[in-house]
Amino acid sequence: MLLNEFLFLGAILFCIGVYGVIVRKNAVLVLMSIELILNSVNINLLAFSLRNGSADGQTFALYVIAVAAAEVGIGLALVLLVYRNSRSISLDDLSEMKG
Amino acid sequence: MFSATESAETVLRSGWFLENAWLIPLMPVIAFVLIIGFGKKMPMKGSEFGIASLVASLVVSVGAAYQWIQRVDGAEPESFVAPVIKTWTWWESAGFSFGIGQHIDGLSLTLLVVVTLISTLVEIYSVEYLRGDIRYTHFFGALTLFSAGMLNMVLAENMIQLILGWEIMGMCSFLLIGHWWEDGANSRAALKAFFTTRTGDIGLLVGTSVLFFAANAWTQKTLGISGFTVRGLSAWALSGDPGQAAITVGAVALFIACIGKSGQFPLHTWLPDAMAGPTPVSSLLHSSTMVVAGVYLVARLFPVFFTGMNILGTNLNLIVLIGGITIVVAAALAFVQADIKKVLAYSTVSQLGYMMMGLGAGAWMPAVFHIFTHAFFKACLFLCAGSVSHSASHHSFDMKKDMGGLRKFMPITFGAWIISTLALCGVFPFSGFFSKDEIIDNVGHNGYNLFMVLGLTGAFLTAAYMTRATYLTFNGKPRGAAAGAHAHDAHDAHDAHDAHASRGPHESRLLITIPLMILATLALGAGFLNPVPLGEKWERMTRWVEPRAEVISPTGISAVASGPGQGRVFIESRTQESKSESPCGTSTPTGGICVAPKLQHAPFKWSKALMSMLIVFFGGFASWVLCVQLYGKKNPKLVGLTKRNKALGTGYMFLQNKYYLDVLYEKIIVHGIAHPIAQAAYWFNQNIIDGVVNGFGLLARKISGWVYRNVDQRVVDGTVNGSAAAAQGAGAVIRPIQSGKVNQYGALLFGAAAIGALILVIINT
Amino acid sequence: MFSAELLIAQNIGFFIIAAVMVVGALRVVTTSNVVHAALWLVVVLAGAAAQYILLAAEFVAVTQVLVYIGAVMVLFLFGTMLTRARIGAESDLNNKNWFVGLGVALALLVAMLIALRDGFGAEKLPADDPLVSTQTLSDQIFGPYLLPFWALSFVLLAAVIGAIVLARRD
Repeated sequence: MLLNEFLFLGAILFCIGVYGVIVRKNAVLVLMSIELILNSVNINLLAFSLRNGSADGQTFALYVIAVAAAEVGIGLALVLLVYRNSRSISLDDLSEMKG
Repeated sequence: MFSATESAETVLRSGWFLENAWLIPLMPVIAFVLIIGFGKKMPMKGSEFGIASLVASLVVSVGAAYQWIQRVDGAEPESFVAPVIKTWTWWESAGFSFGIGQHIDGLSLTLLVVVTLISTLVEIYSVEYLRGDIRYTHFFGALTLFSAGMLNMVLAENMIQLILGWEIMGMCSFLLIGHWWEDGANSRAALKAFFTTRTGDIGLLVGTSVLFFAANAWTQKTLGISGFTVRGLSAWALSGDPGQAAITVGAVALFIACIGKSGQFPLHTWLPDAMAGPTPVSSLLHSSTMVVAGVYLVARLFPVFFTGMNILGTNLNLIVLIGGITIVVAAALAFVQADIKKVLAYSTVSQLGYMMMGLGAGAWMPAVFHIFTHAFFKACLFLCAGSVSHSASHHSFDMKKDMGGLRKFMPITFGAWIISTLALCGVFPFSGFFSKDEIIDNVGHNGYNLFMVLGLTGAFLTAAYMTRATYLTFNGKPRGAAAGAHAHDAHDAHDAHDAHASRGPHESRLLITIPLMILATLALGAGFLNPVPLGEKWERMTRWVEPRAEVISPTGISAVASGPGQGRVFIESRTQESKSESPCGTSTPTGGICVAPKLQHAPFKWSKALMSMLIVFFGGFASWVLCVQLYGKKNPKLVGLTKRNKALGTGYMFLQNKYYLDVLYEKIIVHGIAHPIAQAAYWFNQNIIDGVVNGFGLLARKISGWVYRNVDQRVVDGTVNGSAAAAQGAGAVIRPIQSGKVNQYGALLFGAAAIGALILVIINT
Repeated sequence: MFSAELLIAQNIGFFIIAAVMVVGALRVVTTSNVVHAALWLVVVLAGAAAQYILLAAEFVAVTQVLVYIGAVMVLFLFGTMLTRARIGAESDLNNKNWFVGLGVALALLVAMLIALRDGFGAEKLPADDPLVSTQTLSDQIFGPYLLPFWALSFVLLAAVIGAIVLARRD
């Protein structure tokens, strides 16, 4: 198997995730797109871990999973708070930061 | 010459105290936890934990010092006495491991004894001084942790541990200086101290990193230890391995940290403001702990500075320059202060300048000895000032308004003050003479003639301003609060002594006077530990403390240390060496290492000593005459002279405003640099970044409109009005573009990444 | 260690899973139903777990299944339900400027694909290397990478506390 097969897969998933982050209006969907990005990173880490024969990549992949879990927890709590305050989770409505 | 094959093992004596010196900082840390946890419930509100732990630390320090002396005396004369080093792995991450442990040699033991002794005395003094204070327990907690930080820094085995202690001190100094934070001035002083030292601390981090990356390969290969270790860095600096650029950058960065911490010019401005804290804090901070940390760092890593600054090779380097300037600049400032503690603060700055200058000029031993003696007499002076304000002047420190004539009321305080003052001025049998005069002498001997003159000028000024302070405080007639007036109530917020303050000036209680007497005795006698004039037999400190510049074999390390965890003890073996000139310098012959450079001592001459004594007496005498005329007899020719004479008035204003350095920092640097950067960033954010998204056409049109109008307005209204209008106009025009939409920001982020990646791809193909 | 047939089988498996993942990911970012998006995300995550096994990282694969598919997805579904009155198709999920997203994503993809092709060309993954065992992994985590592990524990603690603080009603 080629290394690049995995790396290409990671790249494609990453770009789909980027597309989702930019295009989606719903906050929950944006969080899901971020999960896609994080998973593509994990695929890369594991591919290089196998290539270099070291466990470093796997260790970091585990850490990424843990950080992602924390991020989803906080992210959804924020979404919930926003929903409670404005009855909407559309990111277009959240433009109080408008200058 | 030496050869590595003929190494001979020497067995050095050791002992329990030396092996377990790491307990010294540990005990105050435990006491700190106990104070914070249970202090309020204890009969003495937590102070007993602090005092007990420091007494225990003092006992261990003294025991270790005694065993170190035996170790040195038991070794062959003039041979290198290996420090007692122990390390345990503190933490490790991704292959780097960071140790924690002890590096016990003469230098660290000197400081350990001084710090534990003065901390103990200061805590005893504080029991009385802060009786009834609202944050009494917290005060003792912070004070104990502060001592622990300093002790940890002093026996640090590596730079990471040293930084730990350094930062603990920074944090505790913030807490202690701002102890009475209800007063806005105090919390501002605390912040100022914190930020100023932080400015320097950047240098510590940068310097440590630079030196680590430069030295680690060499130290790992040669010694098998990391490039953070004090021992590794010292050996590396003298090995001839380091490139001049790397070690110079590292040394300069570290020295910037020392400038900040030790209050050297131009970062000395925080130190007098730090007098806002309670007097015991000032006494501890400014005699033996915080401000000495910078000097200690230079002394500890002296080989690094030796090579990095090319100390014996030139007659001008950064350390000696900063030290020399600091001596005179700070001493001049001490003349215009009305606050007794500020006089002492500037005096501290000036004395630290002596230490730095001594280190910078290669007078290592006199500088270290000056740290030792200065700690005693300066702590004593501060505690005397505290005693005066506590018992005589109703918590005021203003010499001109609230003191005077206290000699009769406070004989013990006055006696301690006089002894310490004489020591500070460097009058013959007192301790300051044996250290300060040696610094000046050796600086001249090593070829830094200009700085010897600066040192003598400093001695003259020191004698003069201390005479002025003594005159104002203890002579003449009582004024203001000392005379019984209760006009001021600035300090009432934290005044718990109204009951006995109304009795008028009187001697302080025993808990205050006993530390004073102990310190005064030491200020009188400590000099005889290293009295150069009496001949080499008397120079005990030199024998015990100064590391011998001898080539030692790098092999023969690693044994398992006793105690918790896996530690290592380093056993040095001597290499045979001829009796001729020691080869330790900036390039040690391969096969051996040096941890101290070869330094020379100036031969003592009574003629030179007499000259400096004359200068001191002249300074004191001139100042006394002036004070009698100005403050005592109110001679009309002198009173108000600064207002009548323009040149003198300008000089006085210049000093009163502390050379306008504070203005420079706050008004010009902070406002002048930080604000425009913030504004420029804001402008960039507002105008450029958001503009890109919504189309280049729109942006180009609006920017051109903006430029047209604002350039026009600038021409018309001048720069000041124009820039204000520019910001306003730009904001009004381009505000709609700032969308606040998260998706757009995401698009920008990834778009920029994509463009950057494409550029890199194109460049690389 | 691996025979040629097995390698071919692995390749085929990889491509099937990869295709499913790409389709799933595209559906996640295009579907008009939030619950469907979450279910498509499950497909992608499961596919990722399968790829991890192909990459000889069983422990990470199992963790992926437990943490992502088990816990994170439940969180997502809860989040969806708590913040939306109705579950079903919705027309208003995308921005109007979808073309910006497409442009950026494609530019990034092109850049990465070129860089990867130039960088690793036809480099093969080692097929007969000793695998990184779970024991090695634990030695790594509790040895040299202990400090990041601690930091991570603090992150998780902070996240837990933060989530509670943010989401509680008062």
